[in-house]
Amino acid sequence: MTGDSRTNMPRLALHVPEPKFRPGDAVDFADVAVPPAGAQPRPDTAAAPDSFHDLSYTLVRVLDEEGQAVGPWNPRLDPDTLRQMLRHMAMVRAFDERMFRAQRQGKTSFYMKCTGEEAIAVAGTMALHRDDMTFPSYRQQGILIARDYPLIEMMNQIYSNRGDKLQGKQLPIMYSSKDFGFFSISGNLTTQYPQAVGWAMASASKGDTRIAATWCGEGSTAEGDFHSALTFATVYRAPVIFNVVNNQWAISSFSGFAGAEATTFAARAIGYGIAGLRVDGNDALAVYAATAWAAERARTNAGPTLIEHFTYRAEGHSTSDDPSQYRSAGEPTAWPLGDPVARLKGHLIAIGEWDDDRHADMDREVAEQVRTAQKAAEANGILGHGLHQPLDTLFDGVFEDMPWHLREQQAQMMAEEEASGRPWARKEGH
Amino acid sequence: MARMNMIQAINSAMDVMMDRDPNVIVMGEDVGYFGGVFRATAGLQSKFGKTRVFDTPITECGIIGVAVGMGAYGLRPVPEIQFADYIYPALDQLVSEAARLRYRSAGDFTAPITVRSPFGGGIFGGQTHSQSPEGIFTHVSGIKTVIPSTPYDAKGLLIAAIEDNDPVLFFEPKRIYNGPFDGNWDKPAQNWSKHAGGEVPEDYYRIELGKAKVVREGGDLTILAYGTMVHVAQATVEAAGIDAEILDLRTLVPLDIDAIEASVKKTGRCMIVHEATRTGGFGAELSALVQERCFHHLEAPIERVTGFDTPYPHSLEWAYFPGPVRIGQALKKIMQD
Repeated sequence: MTGDSRTNMPRLALHVPEPKFRPGDAVDFADVAVPPAGAQPRPDTAAAPDSFHDLSYTLVRVLDEEGQAVGPWNPRLDPDTLRQMLRHMAMVRAFDERMFRAQRQGKTSFYMKCTGEEAIAVAGTMALHRDDMTFPSYRQQGILIARDYPLIEMMNQIYSNRGDKLQGKQLPIMYSSKDFGFFSISGNLTTQYPQAVGWAMASASKGDTRIAATWCGEGSTAEGDFHSALTFATVYRAPVIFNVVNNQWAISSFSGFAGAEATTFAARAIGYGIAGLRVDGNDALAVYAATAWAAERARTNAGPTLIEHFTYRAEGHSTSDDPSQYRSAGEPTAWPLGDPVARLKGHLIAIGEWDDDRHADMDREVAEQVRTAQKAAEANGILGHGLHQPLDTLFDGVFEDMPWHLREQQAQMMAEEEASGRPWARKEGH
Repeated sequence: MARMNMIQAINSAMDVMMDRDPNVIVMGEDVGYFGGVFRATAGLQSKFGKTRVFDTPITECGIIGVAVGMGAYGLRPVPEIQFADYIYPALDQLVSEAARLRYRSAGDFTAPITVRSPFGGGIFGGQTHSQSPEGIFTHVSGIKTVIPSTPYDAKGLLIAAIEDNDPVLFFEPKRIYNGPFDGNWDKPAQNWSKHAGGEVPEDYYRIELGKAKVVREGGDLTILAYGTMVHVAQATVEAAGIDAEILDLRTLVPLDIDAIEASVKKTGRCMIVHEATRTGGFGAELSALVQERCFHHLEAPIERVTGFDTPYPHSLEWAYFPGPVRIGQALKKIMQD
């Protein structure tokens, strides 16, 4: 039956998306529309979602080319808050640099940077309340840093060492901290989206005041969980903020494989009847303003918001891939929305609240903090150097109470360890 | 003949089948231009074009559902699920759709799809890049499950799977993509260059589904294994000086029950080794079958050596992995009885 068709009718053709640039290609992002900062209207937070569909197709931008904050979305943050934001973003970058290198040095199995996307998690988190709940994907280390989670705890987890509160059970960077309102990260994609909705529904049903925020990449909006989440959220008007981090690349697949050739990710909101905003993700003030606006909607029972953060993944997906194999090396520098750290720095300088010397001092300070934390974390061990967790923790946490079959297997494992004389057990004296 | 690792052999199988049959198509996350995160589809898109080898949106449910639809049209899709740990969103399309299509339509529609997916641990992949979910699928009627242990078998079995008119899950033990693994994780990694299974014909050949292979003849006991554990078991019995007969099952469904029965009746002892968790694992089915068919020949209780009933840990990976010590202790026990 294959290939049969009526000869008098036009032939069908399968469209397979193709990114504009591949390795070796010269990069020109002229077709990426960048509307002027300050030009987008800011609706009332009580406005009906269908009254501002345009905001799903443009870019909400605050920082203009001169580094000034302009227009109705300007969050009018005081200089101390701006400097704090800049420091958090610089910290994320310094942390990423250091941990990426640690993986390359064989100190752990895996790492993921968020270079170029620092504004999204940091500014977004700063616009939330400290007790709002976050359901992140694996590239929002900025949430923890903006909430002053101890760097050493992050590193202990990355090294799966004695200090790792997750007992070495999870892949590096799959953090979890209930105390910091940070849900346990899954390696599976977008599973956190409906969970954030559930948390938000629970908060609403209890008459609580806390809202939920969640993040996923543009690639993983294809997963069914994304669409289930949006359906629940609109049905129950859940107090939740959906962030889609559109960094253009899902490992080697460009955003066209998630539907970007046809429409924006913010426009996904329209079909569900929820509020949608498309934001310049490299503009920390725009991210802050959009998040604060969405949070206000959620807190006043005006329903969920989906924010697309338009950005660029400046480095590889993780330590496991080499982006020069599938995209042009010229893309990161040609990205028309610039670098989020440089843009916020430029803004602070433009308003007379910062200078290059202070910036250099800050970079040195955060690098030193990261180095100090790293040294302390490595004193707790690094992955592969010995057995850092007591062996029997392998069986902790499968259930609250250990059933007979796990007790039996645990005993079997301990007997094996006795019998083995494994070198990794001897190294650190276990 | 050529020397190939398992990735190259799998790539060659798809290459050969796409050449032979214009209805064979390959799709999955990152499989197109990039050639897959493990490089299994490298070069296929440039050779066969974007409409036969293409990247997909990140939705496993979508990938399998689309493959079923393509199969209904008459194509022979070979979708990749990037890691077996990511296959669960596709469960409905696999279990309720692909596996039942022939039955519920009385053969009007079929799902001639081959789902490739790297599985298993030993690579510090944590709980989302290490699982062995084969037992979930062997429990489902209407779907075949194939697991190779060498490059040679991988190519011949994958070709047979692609040619099969029923849905096949083809789980690839990623720990042995680049070389056999004896379970001694602290020793230098081996490659396939010295292993007989690394000799692979460049052209078409099939290894029939449902046929086990005796990888070591012996009289003391029968070991049933598949994938990575074939190599671990073999190295362990050689080191222990035990004359074990090792059967590489290669296909779990349909199972080569004749080979199992013949071997266990000969040796009188049976050990089952798999990396997957124990409870409800495929080893339980094997144990039941051996007990039903060989009870009067058994001289000792059947032994199961498996992963523990916990999620796959990150740092304690080698305490979890059913390596030489666990197999060695089970060998002692079964040979004493």
